[in-house]
Amino acid sequence: MEEKGIKGLLIDYEYCTGCYTCVVACAQEYNWPEGISGIKVMEIVENLPGGKHYLVYLPFPTEVCTLCASRTKKGLEPACVKHCMAGCMKYGTISELAEEMGTKKRMVLYRPR
Amino acid sequence: MKRKERKLIKTTTWSAGPGCHGGCGVIAHIEDGRLIKIEGDKEHPWNQGRLCARILAMKQYIEHPSRLRRPMINTGERGKGKWKEVSWDEAFDYIEKKMKAIRDEYGPESMIFAMGTGRDIGPWICMLAYAYGSPNVMFALSGNACYSPRIAALDTFQGDYCVFDAAQWLQKRYDEPRFKVPECMIVWGYNIHATCPDNLFGHWIVDLMKRGTKIISIDPRLSWFASRAKYWLRIRPGTDSALAMGFLYVIIKEGLYDKNFLNNWTNGAHLIRKDTNKLLRESDIIPEGKNDNFVAWDEKEKRPIVWDTSILEYRPYVKSPMITGNCKIKTIDGKLVVCHTVWDAFCKKVFEYDPEKVSIITGVPAKDIIEAARFYGKGKPASIHWGVPIDMTPNITPLCHAIASMWALTGNLDIPGGNVFSRFAFDAVAYALPGAEGVIKLKSKEQDLPRIGADKYGPFRKFIWRCQTDTAFEQIFTKKPYPIKGMWIQTCNPLAGIGMDPKKWEEALKRLDFVVGVDLFMTPTMEYADVVLPAATFLEKDGVRSWWVPLQSINKALSVNECKSDAEINFELAKRFDPDFKWNTLEELFDEIIKPSGLKFKELKEKVWVFPPEGHPSHPYHRHEKGLLRPDRRPGFQTPSGRFELYSILREEWGLEPMPFHEEPPFTPISRPDLAKDYPLILSTGRRSPVYFYSEHRMIPWLRHLDPDPVVEIHPETAKEYGITNGEWVFVENWMGRARFKAKVTPVVPQWMVMAAHGWWFPEKKGEENELYGVWESNINQLIPMNAHGKDGLGAPIKHLLCKIYRA
Ligand code: SF4
Ligand code: SF4
Ligand code: SF4
Repeated sequence: MEEKGIKGLLIDYEYCTGCYTCVVACAQEYNWPEGISGIKVMEIVENLPGGKHYLVYLPFPTEVCTLCASRTKKGLEPACVKHCMAGCMKYGTISELAEEMGTKKRMVLYRPR
Repeated sequence: MKRKERKLIKTTTWSAGPGCHGGCGVIAHIEDGRLIKIEGDKEHPWNQGRLCARILAMKQYIEHPSRLRRPMINTGERGKGKWKEVSWDEAFDYIEKKMKAIRDEYGPESMIFAMGTGRDIGPWICMLAYAYGSPNVMFALSGNACYSPRIAALDTFQGDYCVFDAAQWLQKRYDEPRFKVPECMIVWGYNIHATCPDNLFGHWIVDLMKRGTKIISIDPRLSWFASRAKYWLRIRPGTDSALAMGFLYVIIKEGLYDKNFLNNWTNGAHLIRKDTNKLLRESDIIPEGKNDNFVAWDEKEKRPIVWDTSILEYRPYVKSPMITGNCKIKTIDGKLVVCHTVWDAFCKKVFEYDPEKVSIITGVPAKDIIEAARFYGKGKPASIHWGVPIDMTPNITPLCHAIASMWALTGNLDIPGGNVFSRFAFDAVAYALPGAEGVIKLKSKEQDLPRIGADKYGPFRKFIWRCQTDTAFEQIFTKKPYPIKGMWIQTCNPLAGIGMDPKKWEEALKRLDFVVGVDLFMTPTMEYADVVLPAATFLEKDGVRSWWVPLQSINKALSVNECKSDAEINFELAKRFDPDFKWNTLEELFDEIIKPSGLKFKELKEKVWVFPPEGHPSHPYHRHEKGLLRPDRRPGFQTPSGRFELYSILREEWGLEPMPFHEEPPFTPISRPDLAKDYPLILSTGRRSPVYFYSEHRMIPWLRHLDPDPVVEIHPETAKEYGITNGEWVFVENWMGRARFKAKVTPVVPQWMVMAAHGWWFPEKKGEENELYGVWESNINQLIPMNAHGKDGLGAPIKHLLCKIYRA
């Protein structure tokens, strides 16, 4: 039963623009000093055949991400999800998110610490 | 323990502090007068709850220990940093006395009022300058090369500015049934990291992509858009006008243009004399004919007909005159002159740019040009978003003419999902801007006479009410035709950001008798002021915004020490300079600005935003058809001919090329092979950082941590060639100077180009004793000259210079 309620973050990395909003939204919410945040964003330049490249930004929840327990219990969205400029983050139960993941490519589902 | 009371204040972001181009709806959480946090307003149709990193770092901005909090007077030599805190009264008295002395001795025009990029500074700096009596408001960028050139260009050809449509005019946005998602969108010289350019919200494009829009990206860098584009055209910087002509070539040759738009809404049928290559005017063929009426050819009756610009009809009435072909017409001096149509002349010009030739100029494969042009031409609807690189080239106006002709000829102008006219909400205009007069204006036409550059450059007489920056800058040194004695510099940082050739700016500042600075932090530029006044962020002020739609209010949420808003500062001094100053309070002025909306400022504050109703000229679509654009309410555009001008009447009158064309910029490997021998790489500058706004924000820890160093992007092969490894410090150098950057070795740039970040100075370093926060270490503008603007005084070569690189 409990398994069903487990929460996670679904990221559509096709649309993540590397705006760093999530990083600062988390820092603001929890007053983290610079350098610490519940999420980190990586820039990845993929080398593809034929001299082509694909530029990806990938957010990654860190050890301090609590999935915004303090906010979600009040019915609020996590701070990063709410502010994400590309609207490419989603918070929900792992099972819902996994289902959604089946409907679109370039997705990653996280269950942080 | 009693919980503190938390107030939630809804407001609009738009300000220097924190460098917001504006429009986002936010909710400020305030306790005991302090900002606890800032959140996006989900209800707000603009950003729908989203916010950028810069605004989410507002708490660190507002409470930053080195924010300016009290007025200061410089007690020593300028640049040495001998500052004394004074009261506002003392500061105002001092400024009043000094500036009045300059005005008495040299006239008000000898004082320049310099501002940085738009935000909400324009109205207030104009208010002050005009109350003082000076027309010399300066946007301190060479060639005024940010936004106003594009606005002036569109005003020239199509009478009103337009932007891509993301249903931003409509409360329900994408859910509004009238709106259509564009099939194709050209993103021209723009990357997503410039979150809110040109009074837009960049991520609207992401919203459209999710709804099915396919992208054509025009960019030398592999930008976020380029990476996701259906077509990515990796263009050589500075050749955009050739590419746009290539697009037009394909669109016209393949018949992808909208014949109805061409016949009914352009001046394509008007005649050009082949003997003079000028428009045939009514005054050429009828003795009492008017110079501002034009002529077309009635094929059926074989006779000339007059396009009467006072009624926007042909006399005698003909629905569709000849659009292509020659005719012979007798002029009043008895000559028989051969004429052809504007459309023929336009096509002839365009046909000089076949895809093969354009490919050689731009470096984009011909096949890609053809396919992308077809995709745009067939997209129903299709739109174009252009970034500031369009302004940052001397050939700016012909480039805009070519691009505007693309959306016009494909019938994408003011249709849902196309490029849509962006008028000020309710036509509420605060101050003199291209195409609009505004509430804040100079008292008389005479006062405008000494405005620098207006005598030389047509667009500065018709659309741009600032001085031409390079000309004004030179005048500081030449003192001709009159001396410049002082400068009021407000939220503007020419030594670190907006100034090209910044060491010469330092020299210029030294030559002035009196400099006032207004800013939120000490900056390299502020070190050269005699007085520095502390400005407020948007959370600390009231204001109104009508940059495009909706009409919005900025609602004060808190105060920080003695900081005052730019409006308050300038209002107080304006009253002191002008005994007839019209308004008693700022609120009266806000009321007058928003009067066309029927609201009082107090009422707007309650609503925070309001949309103009259907049928209003600031509400879309099809406004040229409905007669909503022109003061006389006749269907058409606000141009001299009342039509979209493929051949520009104003440009002809200004002695400039009336039709679009490509011209190689001044410092490229093609135009200057001599320089390219020593400086073999193309230097492009100014790519955006997601966490900074130009030269701002380097002192905000949350943001600086994410983008800590000035970076130059170098292709891996190029890095190998010069023995440079990732993360190493390098010099970027040319004949003007050099600057130091950290190498980021990455294939996002082509091998032949490096991209250097702009706006760098180091607030953590010393400002006094002329150390200026290390501004000369990594300021890329030291490699960019002033005075390389286009023939119409606009544009600057900021995206395409030459350089070499080597390890530091
Ligand atoms: S979910 Fe909350 S805690 Fe986790 S990264 Fe996002 S804002 Fe931080
Ligand atoms: S806020 Fe969203 S778009 Fe921005 S970096 Fe984070 S995940 Fe990506
Ligand atoms: S996107 Fe622009 S207007 Fe919106 S908060 Fe960020 S800087 Fe301000």
